[in-house]
Amino acid sequence: MTSESAIDDTQYPQRTAIGLSFGNSYSSIAHTADGKTEVIANEEGDRQIPSILSYVSGEEFQGTQAKAQIVRNPRNTIAYFRDLLGKEFKDVDPSPCHASAHPVESSEGKGVAFVVQEKEVAEDGEEGEKSTLTVAEVTTRHLRKLKESASDYLGKDVNAAVITVPSDFTDAQKSTLSESASKAGIELLQFITEPISALLAYDAKQQLTDSGSSAPQDKIVLVADLGGTRSDVAVIASRGGIYTTLATAHDYELGGSSLDKILIEHAAKEFQKKNKSASDPRKNERSLAKLTLEAEAVKKALSLGATASFSIESLGDGIDFNLTVNRSRFELLGNKVLMSFTRLIESAVQKADLDILDVDEILLSGGTSHTPKIASNLQSHFPESAVVIAPATSATAINPSELAARGAAIQASLISGFEVEEIGASTEAVVTVTPHLTHAIGLVTGEEGFAVIVPAETPAPVRRTAQIVVKAGGDVLVRLAEGVREISVRTEDKATTNGNAKKDADEDEDEDDDSDDEPEEVREKVWKAGKVLAEAGIRGVKKGGKVEVQVNVAADLSVTVVCREVGGKGGVRGTVPAGKAEQNGNAS
Amino acid sequence: MATIQLSATLPSLPTDWTAEKDFKSISRVTQPTARSLEPVGPHFLAHARRKRHHRTFSEDERIQAESSVKKTEDEDAGEISEDEDPVMLQREAKDWKHQDHYAVMGLSKYRWRATEEQIKRAHRKKVLRHHPDKKAASGKEEGDQFFKCIQRANDILMDPVKRRQFDSVDEGAEKEPPAKKDVSKKPGNFYKLWGPVFEAEGRFSKRQPVPQLGNDKSTREEVEQFYNFWFDFDSWRSFEYLDEEVPDDSADRAQLRHQERKNNNARKKRKVEDTTRLRQLVESVMAQDDRIRKFKQEASKQKNAKKNEREAAEKAAKEEAQRKKEEDERLAKEKAEAEKATKEEGKKAKEAAKNAAKKNKRTIRGAVKEAGYFVDGNAGPKEIDAALNDVDALIAKMENEELGVVASKLQGNSDKAAIKGVFQEQVTSLVAAGKVKEGELKSLS
Ligand SMILES: Nc1ncnc2c1ncn2[C@@H]1O[C@H](COP(=O)(O)OP(=O)(O)OP(=O)(O)O)[C@@H](O)[C@H]1O
Repeated sequence: MTSESAIDDTQYPQRTAIGLSFGNSYSSIAHTADGKTEVIANEEGDRQIPSILSYVSGEEFQGTQAKAQIVRNPRNTIAYFRDLLGKEFKDVDPSPCHASAHPVESSEGKGVAFVVQEKEVAEDGEEGEKSTLTVAEVTTRHLRKLKESASDYLGKDVNAAVITVPSDFTDAQKSTLSESASKAGIELLQFITEPISALLAYDAKQQLTDSGSSAPQDKIVLVADLGGTRSDVAVIASRGGIYTTLATAHDYELGGSSLDKILIEHAAKEFQKKNKSASDPRKNERSLAKLTLEAEAVKKALSLGATASFSIESLGDGIDFNLTVNRSRFELLGNKVLMSFTRLIESAVQKADLDILDVDEILLSGGTSHTPKIASNLQSHFPESAVVIAPATSATAINPSELAARGAAIQASLISGFEVEEIGASTEAVVTVTPHLTHAIGLVTGEEGFAVIVPAETPAPVRRTAQIVVKAGGDVLVRLAEGVREISVRTEDKATTNGNAKKDADEDEDEDDDSDDEPEEVREKVWKAGKVLAEAGIRGVKKGGKVEVQVNVAADLSVTVVCREVGGKGGVRGTVPAGKAEQNGNAS
Repeated sequence: MATIQLSATLPSLPTDWTAEKDFKSISRVTQPTARSLEPVGPHFLAHARRKRHHRTFSEDERIQAESSVKKTEDEDAGEISEDEDPVMLQREAKDWKHQDHYAVMGLSKYRWRATEEQIKRAHRKKVLRHHPDKKAASGKEEGDQFFKCIQRANDILMDPVKRRQFDSVDEGAEKEPPAKKDVSKKPGNFYKLWGPVFEAEGRFSKRQPVPQLGNDKSTREEVEQFYNFWFDFDSWRSFEYLDEEVPDDSADRAQLRHQERKNNNARKKRKVEDTTRLRQLVESVMAQDDRIRKFKQEASKQKNAKKNEREAAEKAAKEEAQRKKEEDERLAKEKAEAEKATKEEGKKAKEAAKNAAKKNKRTIRGAVKEAGYFVDGNAGPKEIDAALNDVDALIAKMENEELGVVASKLQGNSDKAAIKGVFQEQVTSLVAAGKVKEGELKSLS
């Protein structure tokens, strides 16, 4: 009776898998069970757990408790280390770490490490021995804590995870992270990129709400991951629920802390104005640390309310500091930084060779996406057809701080039943590298019109079905063609409103609002029929009948078309052969 | 993907348009761009499956549908495929009394819970695997001992009576009661450790379903029902299975009867022991059950609360009566005082009125003198007397108020004619009132 489970274990690994988002600033854990995803709070009740470790008299602290130590015990507090993983010391930018333990060159190899007083200082007051912890070791400890929190919460030993990483994480970084995870007792099932994870989480929720359709609508999504220390943008084509990243853009200096800095400057100036004799709190390490912590809290409060207050005991020279800031003031002070988010996001569209009119959704992820002004700037900058998904603009938006972890949890639940080799085999280039349509395929309608059936950037093989009503009935021509999207620019005289005017995102801050009497430019997406691929004749369609067209694009780009009248007999079927110079398509 | 609904019109077929089978291939699709898919999400996994197994969409749909059917079948089969303990495979068939029939059938996870259907299926499977013909075919010399064990197990498990007899003594289904120290280790342990014991014991109950131990949220009724049920447990457990067998060769009827009696006694004894065992078990659980204590405390609290309430009510009633009495007394006293006060006041007022009347009379009389006794020139004693008499008669007819009014009119008045006028006016009004006769008071007319 005892031997029965042993065999099962090797066949079906008993995994309890979670999704982990591990950022420079914060980490979160999520778990999916029975189709439901929840973000797990640690013992302190935090769902956004600061990625910080601190050593205080021989004890290890993590998260919010460790973060508080940046004021009291900065040298033994390690923060902002994620991006240092798998990097050589010479390539490292230590600036985010300035308030906490500074990175040093690791004695073993070329990596990065931190020197901290990890053990308790001896009774006799003699300086205890310091330890040098490599970034990999710090990561292991951090992940182990996260694993413990998750295990406590779930009441099961968590032993596997899908972890999110930035879209530009290098292989070296991934392998170091994977090793750190395994040392922490976490089997790394898969790395997925942060923007893709966010989109998966969002689509999964949408799928639940508008149930019925089997896959999400085809769409071009801009996912902006606006974190604490950096911002990343990805342009993603979603086709039948399969995602392809078309382009990415990164800014390693722009993030939540850029906004914190604005509040720090403002507060420091006000402090000195009020207390003429006081010295600049930014010059004193401890004062600056206090100010930084408070500025972040004020910033978060301003995402919700119209005003928020600094309240710091003994900020500098023993003077307490209180200051109320209102949101519009903050937005005014931060205008330039806030606009840089818009600029970064738009630059990704250009990198993908698309027009802003091609964007269907802008999904804001990462903590900084809570900032209302960032969302509203995007809403006014992008055409109305682009839906901005952020707490400030959409009531159904998922908390952007949780998106990445949620997506990872969903992926974990999808693959945790598979064996490692199987997961590996599915993520290999043979499977993932796929020919994507350069142009949309659809029907020529009316004179020159074009209706899309399979949009551009759809991976082959693909199968799509469309129906079209034939009002008049009779014999109709189904003309399958490639479509070309053009942007038509009309100038409309007498611009009545200025509401959705597209301002130039240029550096200069000059108010270059188009004045009222200038004609307004109206840009529109127009589809034109291009190369005709095939023609089919459908005869004797009933008045008001429907014609169904099924388009099957094979991996070799041959196209099989099946046309028939819905409810009618027979139909037309034919194939457009594959192209000649064909390099892709390994399958069939 | 759902079907796309296009809202546009198709051109009509030109009259001169012809094609073989109504289809014309015209040009090829533009060279694609090779890009990497994100290996994430359910739709990608479906893609990976198709690609790795070189399936088309429709093939994949068919295979997926089939495999989901198969999966349910596999799961079905899975529940009755257990590993076979090599020691068990070596069993001698004649030692069937000591064999674990469920283990032999590969049903040790299910035991008394196994349905007839499961037993049938398990049997079929075991037979397929261990049939002597099959063994012989595979060239393995194994004998038919285990096959016989299977047949015996099947005989017993498929016979409801024999199965109950075996279930009664199936050690594999027994759950040892937990040690007290384990139970007290953690708050929830009581339910965690004792729950399964009762679940297992419940299998012997003639009454089904059997109430479960529950948890710390169970209501008092539930807990009471649970203990009532278990103290009053009606068990079908019996111990025939442990009968000592009469040696086959013994044809001695006396010895047979003797053995039967012995067995009967043993069965009874075991049954009594079992009942006692269960009773002690329930008692000891009850003693460990915090809920009982909790309910007792609550009950006594409630009782105390009631008592306190009653006492409080009594006290309140007493206090109320006392208060009422005091209030009544107070009211009576106040009333008496008020009456006394009014009386006194009346007296005072009367006196005051009397005094006022006296004063007024004096004023009136004084006025007579002032008016020179109503005669021109110096009045003689007779005239004085007559005037005073008449005035006195007048005064006697007047009410106190009238006295006041008249006195106030006369007060400080020194005009003789005016004084006389006042008197005459008064006389007229008294005459009108019928109190004085016309001409009665001559000096005042
Ligand atoms: N409600 C809020 N309003 C504004 N900013 C917020 C809010 N909540 C969190 N943030 C900010 O979001 C940032 C953290 O974002 P996130 O949790 O995505 O971190 P991360 O992924 O670790 O980022 P990175 O790796 O770029 O440092 C912090 O600057 C934090 O102050």
